[in-house]
Amino acid sequence: MQENNRGLGLFTLLVYLFLLGPLVIIALSSFEPGTVLKFPPTGFSLRWYQKIFEVEMFMKTFKTSMAVSLLGNLFALLLGIPAAYALSRFPFKGKDALNAVFLSPVLIPGIVLGFTMLKFLIVTYHLPIYTGLLVGHTVVMLPFIIRVVESSLANFDFAVEEAALSLGAGRLQTFFRVVLPNIKSGIIAAVLIAFLESFNNVDISVFMTGPGVSTLPIQMLTYVENYFDPTIAAISVLLMALTAVLMFVIERLMGLSYFTKR
Amino acid sequence: MALLSLEKVSVAYENQYILQNFDLSVEKGQLISLLGPSGCGKTTTLRLIAGFLEAKEGKFLLNGKDYTRIPVNKRNFGFVFQNYALFPHLSVYDNVAFGLRLRKVKEPEIRQRVTKVLDAVSLAGFEQRFPKALSGGQRQRVAIARALVIEPDLLLFDEPLSNLDANLRVSMRVEIRRIQQELGITTIYVSHDQEECFSISDRVAIMNKGIIEQLDRPAAIFKYPKTEFVARFIGFNNFIDFEQRSDSGDEIELKAKDRIFRAVRHPGMSGANGRKGAIRPDDIVVGTPEEIEAGVGCLTGRVKVSTFLGRSYQYVVETELGSFTANKEMESPFLSGQEVRLFFPREKLVLVE
Repeated sequence: MQENNRGLGLFTLLVYLFLLGPLVIIALSSFEPGTVLKFPPTGFSLRWYQKIFEVEMFMKTFKTSMAVSLLGNLFALLLGIPAAYALSRFPFKGKDALNAVFLSPVLIPGIVLGFTMLKFLIVTYHLPIYTGLLVGHTVVMLPFIIRVVESSLANFDFAVEEAALSLGAGRLQTFFRVVLPNIKSGIIAAVLIAFLESFNNVDISVFMTGPGVSTLPIQMLTYVENYFDPTIAAISVLLMALTAVLMFVIERLMGLSYFTKR
Repeated sequence: MALLSLEKVSVAYENQYILQNFDLSVEKGQLISLLGPSGCGKTTTLRLIAGFLEAKEGKFLLNGKDYTRIPVNKRNFGFVFQNYALFPHLSVYDNVAFGLRLRKVKEPEIRQRVTKVLDAVSLAGFEQRFPKALSGGQRQRVAIARALVIEPDLLLFDEPLSNLDANLRVSMRVEIRRIQQELGITTIYVSHDQEECFSISDRVAIMNKGIIEQLDRPAAIFKYPKTEFVARFIGFNNFIDFEQRSDSGDEIELKAKDRIFRAVRHPGMSGANGRKGAIRPDDIVVGTPEEIEAGVGCLTGRVKVSTFLGRSYQYVVETELGSFTANKEMESPFLSGQEVRLFFPREKLVLVE
């Protein structure tokens, strides 16, 4: 038994090493003082962190990424919350099929989706690049919003809404005064998880960006094609930190198990 | 004239009728129960009256006004749910005040009315608690207060006590009855618990498969069930199909396989034109052939099963008219296979349709 446990422990350790090892390597090499990415680092310096803020393209694309993710999030919420409500409250034809689509956002490869949108939005309809990017990211976020809000609604007793109706509230009043306050944490979690999905997105953005408009992950890709200094490791560390903070907030709000079940 | 009436109402889910040509009328100030097994349509009827469901055909009148197409939020009825359905994000005070705020009542008046109604349901001092910090009984009282405070034209209860434990159920039903009578609110109460319905109602409607089998005062139903379904539902376990009946005044003579039985026609006996006799296990007299003399209203048979009920023994007796269940208090029970005689007292034999 004891032997068995030790074996299992070792195995778990290896899995963690495999998962976290690259991240640790990146994090450590971001402090390299030299001009070439090295592991282990030959010293300790924050110069590459400083450089991030000096490269104009990083700042610019960071702002674009933020704007696209936040604005797209807003649109995804405006579309996603009513959709989630309809899916969880009303019976209608094709509901199961719709649900299946919304519940498996990973089903369609991002490359396929990105390419389709390029053909459709940019080539056929000549949408401005910025608008196309926004539409693309809204589409990326929508399934996450719908999925999380829907499971939040599934846990909310419909009788409570009926109680509000019977006390004289209209449908909209019921939604804003009773439903919304009770699925608030679900909505916040949905916003955060969708934000992460959009902010880190490469496969859609790579098709939808163009001259003068780019997102941070795309800019990072371009950067590593040309330079091999530790700046990219420094940005990665900052992005990881942002992700970790957001995941922590989601975990506190409703538990991560919320997304792994089903 | 009745305060509330449903006239030839039909409700269907996907072409399957739950209620068809359904009629119901309720007098002002009464508490009427809808009682029946699950699937009998009692909850559907209640939800129709509340406005959660729409009638496919028929009319719903209240005070002479047509309510059939009025949406639920314009009806001003209080609804008490089985699972209470309190607003989890609001305090007790705000839960109760919810309906008043929607009616744009001024805050001082809200305060006064909420305080008064919380007093009436013995929840003074709980204003700032949240629903999850309350017991089941307290939640149900908040739910009742929330429904009462809007001064509803009708009060509707959907199995309000079924989530509570047995002792609490008894005290809560007395409470519901007291509040209902004090305020004189016309009330419709749905339950599958007989005792609950019979104890608090002015009238009880026994429902089966989307129709009302009998609508009467509890005592009348208990004594004189109208149909076989009602009789079975309230514990008449024994039935005899008679082949012939002849009436002379209040006396009815009945025949089955040449055995003669007598029954008394009582003005309250609503199924008196039927040919089926019903009797409770407690009302059949059991004895040895020596104890009971053969004659009118008697039947001889053999004990098939004997069970001990605590106060009495229960026998299943096989006779030429089928098997009967009878109870008898005695020291030493009859044995299985023993010959016994059953006597059906004429004032206990009830005719049903």
